[in-house]
Amino acid sequence: MFKKIINKIIEGFIKTSGWVSSIIVLLIIIFLFKEASGLFNKTPLEEGYMLVVNKKNPIDKLNPDQLKNIFDRDSTSWKTLGGMNADIEIFTVEDISTFYNDSMIGENMSNLPWCINDHISKTENVISYFPEKYLPKNFEGKILHLDKISVYQFLKNKIWLPSARPVSQVGAMPLIISTLLVSLVAILIALPIGLAAAIYLAEVADSRIRTILKPVIELLAGIPSVVYGFFGLVIIVPFVQKIFNLPVGETGLTGSIILAIMALPTIITVAEDALRSVPKAMKEASLALGATHWQTIYKVMIPYASSGITAAAILGIGRAIGETMVALMVTGNANNFTFSLLKPIRTIPATIAAELGEASYGGLHFKALFALGCILFLITLMINVYVEYLSGKKQTK
Amino acid sequence: MTPKIETKNLQLYYGAHHALKGIDFSANANTVTALIGPSGCGKSTFLRCFNRMNDLIDGCDVEGQILIDGMNINDRYLNVDELRKKVGMVFQKPNPFPKSIFENVAYGLRINGINEKKILEEKVEKALKQAALWEEVKDNLKKSAMSISGGQQQRLCIARALAVEPSLVLMDEPTSALDPISTSKVEELIYQLKEKYTILIVTHNMQQAARVSDKTAFFYIGEMIEYNDTTEIFTNPKIERTQNYITGRFG
Repeated sequence: MFKKIINKIIEGFIKTSGWVSSIIVLLIIIFLFKEASGLFNKTPLEEGYMLVVNKKNPIDKLNPDQLKNIFDRDSTSWKTLGGMNADIEIFTVEDISTFYNDSMIGENMSNLPWCINDHISKTENVISYFPEKYLPKNFEGKILHLDKISVYQFLKNKIWLPSARPVSQVGAMPLIISTLLVSLVAILIALPIGLAAAIYLAEVADSRIRTILKPVIELLAGIPSVVYGFFGLVIIVPFVQKIFNLPVGETGLTGSIILAIMALPTIITVAEDALRSVPKAMKEASLALGATHWQTIYKVMIPYASSGITAAAILGIGRAIGETMVALMVTGNANNFTFSLLKPIRTIPATIAAELGEASYGGLHFKALFALGCILFLITLMINVYVEYLSGKKQTK
Repeated sequence: MTPKIETKNLQLYYGAHHALKGIDFSANANTVTALIGPSGCGKSTFLRCFNRMNDLIDGCDVEGQILIDGMNINDRYLNVDELRKKVGMVFQKPNPFPKSIFENVAYGLRINGINEKKILEEKVEKALKQAALWEEVKDNLKKSAMSISGGQQQRLCIARALAVEPSLVLMDEPTSALDPISTSKVEELIYQLKEKYTILIVTHNMQQAARVSDKTAFFYIGEMIEYNDTTEIFTNPKIERTQNYITGRFG
């Protein structure tokens, strides 16, 4: 009777644990996507601000890129934007005192809305942004409306400057490219070395050497990533800088090298297991036909273990893609849009880690970072699904 | 006539375990010799001496002479890969590679550096015909070898071994994983292969030994107890232990 109750309790505990952990995972994903989806409800204009032009200005719409150019003073003429033949004049609340004296603005800026209205209606080539609360009552200008940020634009745009004013630039493209590039190169470095080490451990090394080497390699996986980052900063960064004669050594390549080292234990362990699971009969069949040990390895064992080796590579990529600390420390943290490995770049996880602290809660920047998180999640999800698919295929073989 | 294969005072140790105790054995070309005996008696180990497969086992030590065509192969400086090209082996369980039927048979040829398509096709066809499998698979050579039946797989493994044209074929219980019909096909095959090859076959099946072999060797705890013509061994064994084993009183 007593035993039965204990059994029931244990059963209940196990069951709850299973459900609770599944639900937590699910809730995290829902939270991630809910926060991120808020991004696509917003316009890139700073919250609480208005963007206006003179009523006579033929332009009704400007896209974020054009606005950025205007406020960066890169576009100086309305003509280049398809408007009238006049220079662009930028007018903000800070400029008010150049046009109106203190008595006209009034005490506590009570007359500010009137001044804004006056100036905008008088100046044909003006563009202005100001807080919504200063919007004059019978406003005589034209309010420009911006499109909401679309998923397509978010993925396609090449500039990531979420804190730019008055118009945020949230283009995830350079971050996605950097992330994939760094991870891919890391795997290109790690796979040959990892595979060679796996073959050595599984086939060549005698058991005494293996009992020493295997734990050492597995220990590599246990080193905290910040230590790898520190190592990279002190050793690899100057090394890369010197070899390629660069102004800075913090580049995509530097990140790739460290990530490759970090992915090695995963690749070696999984690939070695795959090679070890090749039946002895396969090996013997090949050797008995007069194949050398090496021929047996590359003609029979590697093809037989190929799905396991692929899984090793993909798990390694997964490790590299999500790695934050190292990427933050050694890749230079510059959101360049570049395919070059020798320039400073910034990966998605590094961006999130670096910027989340300075993004205001619930704001555009904050939500954009969550959207980045979603992209990262989807990439790793695809990788995991693919690994599952591969190992499933192996079992049916 | 010099015997095709011969061993002189063959001793084999697995570490401290003395697995073969001074075997003197010889077999002529174009004969089938069956090796029988209870499990663990050393008959498979003995078989594996002829293509040095025991080298793969750590701590295995072989002493004495093993002669093939009068040449001692128990020599540290012998090229083992070359030896294995001349000595084919068929294993207990069918072990085709997870490749196509054609590539399985062609494997040994490719290892030997033959890559010309025409020669490969010719030799694969010949080997499959010798293994009495050609008629069943000739239209499906590209099919995976894993998709054919166990009996067919074993004949494929025989074809794979024959493709490199060995002179000696070692078979380690080749029918133990097969059903009776497949077994009889393989036995028939062994009988035919005798014309071209010298065959050593390990078997647990007394009837099989009686059916396919010319000579039979009975092994017991690392010793070759009796070695004689198969008919003699099965009808008139000289030693009591052989008789007991054959009649099923132990083993």
